[in-house]
This record gives sequence, structure tokens and C-alpha cells, in this order.
Amino acid sequence: MKDEVTRDERVANLKGMGCSRKRVEDARFTQGKGNYVDDIKLDGMLFGDFVRTPYAHARIVSINTEEALKVPGVLAVLTAADLEPLGLHWMPTLAGDKQMVLADGKVLFQGQEVAFVVAEDRYAAADGIELVEVEYEELPVIVDPFEALQSDVVLREDLVGEGGTLPDGAHGPRKHHNHIFRWEAGDRDPTAQVIAEAEVVAEESMYYHRTHPCPLETCGCVASMDKVNGKLTLWGTFQAPHAIRTVVSLISGIEEHNIRVISPDIGGGFGNKVGAYPGYVCSVVASIVTGKPVKWIEDRMDNLMTTAFARDYHMTGKIAATREGKITGLQCHVTADHGGFDACADPTKFPAGFMNICTGSYDIPTAYLEVDGVYTNKAPGGVSYRCSFRVTEAVYFIERMIEVLAIELNMDAAELRRINFIKKEQFPYTAALGWEYDSGDYHTAWDKALKAVDYEGLRAEQAQRVADFKAGKTRSLMGIGLSFFTEIVGAGPVKNCDILGLGMFDSCEIRIHPTGSAIARLGTISQGQGHATTFAQILASEIGLPADSITIEEGDTDTAPYGLGTYGSRSTPVAGAATAMAGRKIRAKAQMIAAYLLEVHDNDVEFDVDRFVVKGAPEKFKTMKEIAFAAYNQAIPGIEPGLEAVSYYDPPNMTYPFGAYVCVMDIDVDTGVPDIRRFYALDDCGTRINPMIIEGQVHGGLTEALAVSLGQEIAYDDMGNVKTGTLMDFFLPTAWEVPNYETDHTVTPSPHHPIGAKGVGESPHVGGVPCFSNAVQDAFRPFGNRHTNMPHDHWRIWKTAHDLGLHD
Amino acid sequence: MIPAAFDYHRPTDMAGVIALLQEHGDDARVMAGGHSLIPMMKLRMADVPHLIDLQSVSGLGGISIGSENIRIGAMVTQTDIIADDALAKGAPILREAALQIADPQVRNMGTVGGNVANGDPGNDMPGLMQCLDATFSLIGPDGVRDVPARDFYEAAYMTARTDEEVLTAVTIPLPAGGYAYEKQKRKIGDYATAAAAVQIVRDGNICTAASIAMTNLSDTPIYSEAAGAALVGTSVDDAALAAAADAMQGDIDPSEDNRGPVAFKKHVAGVIVRRAITRAWSRA
Repeated sequence: MKDEVTRDERVANLKGMGCSRKRVEDARFTQGKGNYVDDIKLDGMLFGDFVRTPYAHARIVSINTEEALKVPGVLAVLTAADLEPLGLHWMPTLAGDKQMVLADGKVLFQGQEVAFVVAEDRYAAADGIELVEVEYEELPVIVDPFEALQSDVVLREDLVGEGGTLPDGAHGPRKHHNHIFRWEAGDRDPTAQVIAEAEVVAEESMYYHRTHPCPLETCGCVASMDKVNGKLTLWGTFQAPHAIRTVVSLISGIEEHNIRVISPDIGGGFGNKVGAYPGYVCSVVASIVTGKPVKWIEDRMDNLMTTAFARDYHMTGKIAATREGKITGLQCHVTADHGGFDACADPTKFPAGFMNICTGSYDIPTAYLEVDGVYTNKAPGGVSYRCSFRVTEAVYFIERMIEVLAIELNMDAAELRRINFIKKEQFPYTAALGWEYDSGDYHTAWDKALKAVDYEGLRAEQAQRVADFKAGKTRSLMGIGLSFFTEIVGAGPVKNCDILGLGMFDSCEIRIHPTGSAIARLGTISQGQGHATTFAQILASEIGLPADSITIEEGDTDTAPYGLGTYGSRSTPVAGAATAMAGRKIRAKAQMIAAYLLEVHDNDVEFDVDRFVVKGAPEKFKTMKEIAFAAYNQAIPGIEPGLEAVSYYDPPNMTYPFGAYVCVMDIDVDTGVPDIRRFYALDDCGTRINPMIIEGQVHGGLTEALAVSLGQEIAYDDMGNVKTGTLMDFFLPTAWEVPNYETDHTVTPSPHHPIGAKGVGESPHVGGVPCFSNAVQDAFRPFGNRHTNMPHDHWRIWKTAHDLGLHD
Repeated sequence: MIPAAFDYHRPTDMAGVIALLQEHGDDARVMAGGHSLIPMMKLRMADVPHLIDLQSVSGLGGISIGSENIRIGAMVTQTDIIADDALAKGAPILREAALQIADPQVRNMGTVGGNVANGDPGNDMPGLMQCLDATFSLIGPDGVRDVPARDFYEAAYMTARTDEEVLTAVTIPLPAGGYAYEKQKRKIGDYATAAAAVQIVRDGNICTAASIAMTNLSDTPIYSEAAGAALVGTSVDDAALAAAADAMQGDIDPSEDNRGPVAFKKHVAGVIVRRAITRAWSRA
């Protein structure tokens, strides 16, 4: 048969890597045909919901469920006393702490789960909740971590030993009863010495406020215990379904093969859906008790007030430099507010996540980081909201410290960055705090970004604006926000990355069907990232079958290979690598089959797009489609039938995406209203799998960065009441508030990743937050501003102007 | 976010509404678009055993523009206000204000009557109606009565309307001169940090009449007669603007919330009212 199709056309037909292939998921999402947890309806399904405490710190005197049980349709009300015989009134957290499933004698934060009402429908459950009578005895409330470390008030009596002794926590010795851990990285004394002897030192304290990932779909689950065959099926909004299966097995005693965890379509996660929540445990128990499926779905207030928050880091830094601007040392101390339980989702050995990436993109020879985790009367969490384990905090810290140092040196902040960037030839680069950066070309990216926005022109315009302002010609100031970030994603190498002892590898299993199509299953789970689209593209390029002929399936632990799930931008760096490696195993076997069919030696054929060709004789070939058929239907000596492969990928290192962002903002000095005039985002995520999806991820991440920097917060009053528990006060931007984004890129592949990809989903958030914040702060720099804390909402921006005397 | 059980009533005429209100007293509430009441019920902050939906009651719709007055039925939605070109010509401030209320989905349901009758200090229409010197028509067991918008609001959610009355229409004298509705808010869908409604009449270079009302800066809308008076007879120069803003400051009483502290709100109120006056003056 003569091949009429050109090679370029064959490449295009695959829709492989580099193609802006339309998202295959969107057909169902845009037509309302998605299948989310709350869409699951089972015969006889019951609904559970929580009685929650209005108090942030109180002793439970009594719980009376009598009236609630009289509500028609209410079947049961579970309390800690009911869970205790099962050993399920407390559960382990991902951070090595334990957390009450239902209030065991006291409550530690507003909204904490006190009782679980199980009813025939959610309306009866809501009525039942109203009638559960809980008597509380209020206790002193602590919402400030610095106060917590001084206070006599003990938040966690369960962690105090006999006679007031303090047993070690999961991460070593504790220095106070409200102290969780101290974690250190780098060299304390040498850093102190460098700072003491430095020509210039800039010092700043900053608070990265508490916020929340706020996915569109809240958390929820459906638990169904089949008492006939002893199998538990648990559908849920899980970012890590296999980890949930293992955890459920460990805490319930149900053997793992009898547990099936399914993550159906998930409406965004952003870290909020990584952890295990009381709702999951209570639903499972309720299903076991009633013998019926039990559904639990958070409402928006539950979600914002109780399931995992993000940040809440009080950071103090010192950065040392020469008078010419060469940075010589960096010191960082963090007081980390973890709330009532330590339920951070970090790799075990990293209780402050990868905060030790806080030397950023700069060649800083000496550094020291110290983090103190503290209990307060706030909700537990501390998850990576669209970032990899505290990287957002780290990048915000260094990108603010750079700006403050620039002020101290009276130097342009863009130039200061350029002087200190790690140079291209220094990679792989080992940072002072331990990480080995895989690849980068920061100078090229920075120059490209500054040129694209005409940085010199912007500075000239800004200077004119300041002059006009001082002359009374305008009440608007102009800020130029700069940010250069390096992410650390793709956790991670099993040798140092595990969660609850589970190694952070990931996996892919491929089955090629006889007619040349395929299904691939992974240990990850998409929450909107478009895995079904992009993983098929990786495979298309690796195995030469069209992406449109490859089904990607995730989220069912009965069918998918074991993996640690999707968060921390790990899907492409880890599962994407597993996909490529599994694809290469397919290709290796296909090569042998092709050689047999072409009657040549294995080494005499080579892969070309969608086929194996005889070297030097491209007219002699077998397509992958033909090879697939032969694999199943032709007896080939020495080769077993079938064409399948599985790969478990333990990454040798993290990947280090980076980027250069510039924001131009006008600020109304009198009202505090910012107007984002321009936002330019250059991302280098290594090899680009689907440019359109990358662009979409950048838009989304930047929008969440805008939210966090300009207003999104979980604020508490002194009594521990959440002041921002609804979307009226919790800032979730709409299209109206979002500027036009300009995206750009450079490509510096990861040298250790099979296809050179680094991951991109979280970069725009990590780099965006300091960029927006720096724009606000830069607008006031000519008037003496050094640092103001986020969120930069109208009144805080106004206050900055006011405090600088700009309203006089 | 699930309300307590309630009985749903959907009468087709006003007599039926009044009868239900008389029968159930405090236990009954009428609902127009429901965008204030239903969230309160879902939060269980409002307990409404008998909910009376006005959607099927005849005679509550329609916008009519006469030679002296505009009459807007209580069930007219914000979307209706925006879409009515004749209204936009007769009283353009209504469209300008309605476009700054919530978002299109809410405006499709939210009504003028509900917005003014609920007494929520965050709502935009009450201040606007005070600026326009509107009159609210109320119907109850004892018949119909009219209450000026400027006398209607007593405190947050407390108005001159009794529990057995229904607000049926808003009547506005045809406004004259320039107009502006200026609103600062944190995001789409938010209530005002501060908002000002201004109508201003100009004769040559002199202001002959001015009406100013402020939104979400007290527990009721604030019609600031003194602020308007400060402009009359002036050329609306800087001194007049300052005098009007000062006078307005004497009438408002903002409280701290997530939008910011009192000092900020007062400052922004001053900025917003100056901008509203300046824009209205430029259109006068």
C-alpha cells in the first residue's frame, strides 16, 4: 500500500505533544453532563450533616439528641461517644497529628463538627441539626499565634503529659503547650555571621494572611457499605483517591481490597480536597450502622469555615548584600498558625512544606530558615492552595525581600534581580537550603519579559505620574509589579517524599486494544486540569496512536494503578513521566513485533511518528495500528500476546518551573481602588504539552493570585468568629474583576524528566501573588512605602495612602 | 443552607394576599424576587412559616411614564428597568443605578418593590428613591396609603410599612437636570462601600436645585437635604463641593464591617459624593 499522507500530516493526525488540542472533557462539562459527587444517587441513600459549634473554644457540657430524633426522617445522631467504641472519634491527620472527628469533650474552632445527623433527606437532616441541644462552657479564645506561645491556656490537653510535661510532637521537641514543631533548614550561625558583617541588611516582617482554596464544588462523599459482600465503596471529592483508600483501611480495619474509592468528576480542588475530613469518617460509620448509602456534602459556609485553609504565615526576614547589590545571605523565621489541629498536607519530612525554597531564583550562598508551628483556635488546614507545599509563601517572602532590599540599596528592583539570578551555566544548582534546581535560564526570560513590556518606558511614565501627582494634576498613582519565581514541584522522590509513609511516586498503566486504540489509567485525578486531554497527547507522541484513540481514566482505585494523586503540580512531573515511561515499554515491544513482521532484526527498525520503519528503507514499515493487531492475533515466536505496560515512576528529583511576571496598575489614592492596566506572564514549564491548556492554567492561576493578593481572606475576630464565611465577603473574582492577561514563554526542558516537562498549573498562582502585591507596593514606593501586608483590598490600600500623608 | 419548613402561598389577587397576611400576622411574609428574603431563610436568620409569593398577583407590574410622574409597579425587575428605553430617557439615573446592582442573574429576579420595601441599608434603590423624592404606595386591610420615600425608613429592616401591608408601586416625579449614581463596591454583586445618588438642576452657571442621597452609610438610606442645599445658588465650584460633602458627613453614620473602618467609609463617602455631583453637574 502506498503512503499518500505526508509525514507532517501524520504528526498532525496524532494530536500529540505541542498541539493545542481541544479539551475532551469539555463536551460534558459545558453541557451540564459532568458526574460530580452530588450527582450520585443510590437507592435508599441517606444524608448526613453536622451540628457545628458556634464557639471557637469551649468545653462540651452535654449533648441532647432527643428532640432531633423526633424529627420525621431523622434516623440517627452520632456523637463522639458513639464513635469512641470504634476508635473513630479521633483520626490521624496528614501531618502526623490527630484530629477529632466529632467533638470529644471540647471544641477548638468555630464550625468544628460536634454531632452528625443522619436522615432520609437533607431537609430532615437540617431540621434535626436545629434541635440537637449542645451545652457549651466557653473557654478563652486565642486567635493570635504569638499570644498562643505565651498563654497559659492549653488548647490541646491531649498533647500534655502527666505533670504538665510536653511529649515530643510528630516533628520533634515542642517548647510550649501550644507549640507544634520547630523546623530548621540551612546554617544558623554562618548566616547570622554573614548578616552581622554585611555592608547592607534589609529587614522586614510580613504576614501572609489566611485564605482558602474555595473550589467551585465543595467537599463531599457518598459511602456505601455492602454488608452482603463486605465491600465499602466511597465516592468523594478526593485529590488522592488511593491515599484515601489506604487511610480508610488503616483507621477502620477494613481490608484494603474490600474498599473501593472513586473520585468522579471534581469541580476544582486547589489543595482543599487533599486531606481527610470528619465528613468522610462519619459517612462511612453511618453507612455501616444503617446499612444504607450515606451522602455528605458541604455547603459553602462549611467549606470556607472548616475544611482546609491555606497560608497564615507570619514571616520575618533579613537579607544581606554588598553595596553593589550582590546578595550574601538570607535569614527567615516563620510563625505558622496551623489552627486547632495540625492538618497540613505536606510530605512527612517537611512540616513547613518546601518553604526552604525561599532563596528563590537567586544565587544566595548562605541561608537559614526556622519555622515554628503553633496551635490556635482556628480551623485546621494549611494546604497548598494552587501551589506546591508552601511555595507560595516562600516566593512571596523572597520577592518582597528583594523589593525591600532594592529600597534599602536605592536600586531598581529589576536590576537587583538580574544581578543575583542563578546563571544558566550554574545548573544543576544546589541552593543553600538544600534543593538541587534542575534547569533554568533566568536571564533570558527576564530580559524577554522586560523588553515585552517596555520596562524603561514604564518607569519613565511612572516618574512622570509621580511628578504630576505632586503637582496636583492627578490623584492616581502607577505601580509596576515585578516577580520572578522558581517553583519546586513534582513531589517527589520516594527517598525523601512521603505522606503518612506512602511514597510519592505515581503510575500509569496502558492497554492497547487490537484495533489500535488504547486506554491508559493513572494514579492521579483531574479536577479541571485536563488530564484526559494532555496525558493522551503524551502517549500519542510516545506510542504513535492518535490522542483521539486513547481514553484516559483516573480516580477508581479498583481499576487505576496506585498513585498519590493530584496536587502540588505533581501530575505532569510524576504521572506524566510514568505515562511516557509506560509508553516506551509499549514501544519497545512494538519494535520487536514490527521487526518480526518486517522480517528484519530488532535493531534494523526505528520508530517514526506512528510506525516502525526499516532503517534506510522508509517504504518498508508497519504502523502502530498494524502492530497492535498483530500483537493480539498473530503468533510471534518468543513474544507473548498482548500489548500492555505499566510504569511506576519514582522521580529522581523535583522539577523547577520558573517565570517572569510584570503587572502595571493604576491606583486611585482617594478610594483605594486598583485598576490593573496590564499583566504580562512569561512561563517556562519546560516542554509544553498543550499550549492552549497551559494558557488556560495561567489565566486561572493568575486570577486566584489576583484574588488572594487583592482581597481574598479568611478573617477572624477576637472571639474566633469567621468574618468572611460567605461569598459576599470572601472575594472570588468574576470575569468583571479580571484583567486581560498576556501570556508568553521560554522553554528550558527538565533534564531528568522523560519528556522534559515541568508542570505549570500552580506557577501562575505562585508568581502572581507577589506580582500583584509588588505592583500595589511599588506605586507607593516614591512616597516612602516599604511594605504593607496583603490582602490589598480598597481600605488597606487607602490606609497605606492615608498613613503616607497622601490625603492631607 | 436549608430553610426551615414553610407553607408556600401563591395568591392571584391582592385581596388574597391581604387575607393571608391578616390570617397569619407575624408568621407571614410577602416575597417579590426573593433575593433578600430567601438567603435569610436559608441561613435560618428569617423564620417565615408562611411565604406569600407575589409573582401571580395581577396589577403589580408595568412602568408608565406620564407628563409629571413615572409609576413603577412593585414587581418590575431591575432588568425591566434597564431594558426600558423610555424610562432611561425620562429618568436616566434609574438605569445607571440598576446596572450597578448585583449581576444580571440577580437583576432578572430582583424587583424594585422588594428592593425598596425590605429596608436593607445595603440596597441601592431606597437611597435612589429618596433622591428622586419618590412616593411608595402601600395597600392593607384599611385601604391604600402613600408614604414618601424620605419618611419610609426607620432603621435596618424597619420601615413605615406595617406587617399587614404590601408595597404595590413607586411613583417618581419626572426628574429634571443632570444625574449620577456613583457606587464604590469591592466586586460585582457586592453592596456599596459607599454610594451617592444625585439629581441637580442648572440655570446657566448656577445650581437651582439639588437632591442627594447616600447608600449603605447608616442603618437607613440617607437623604441629605443639607448637602443639596449647600449646592443651590452656587456654581458647584470646589468650595460648594466641599460644603456639600461636609454637610453630607453630618448626616451619615457608617459602621465598620469587612469593607473597612468608619474613617475609611467617611472618606470614601466624601469622594464618591463629590464625583457624583461633578458628573451630575456636567450632565445638567
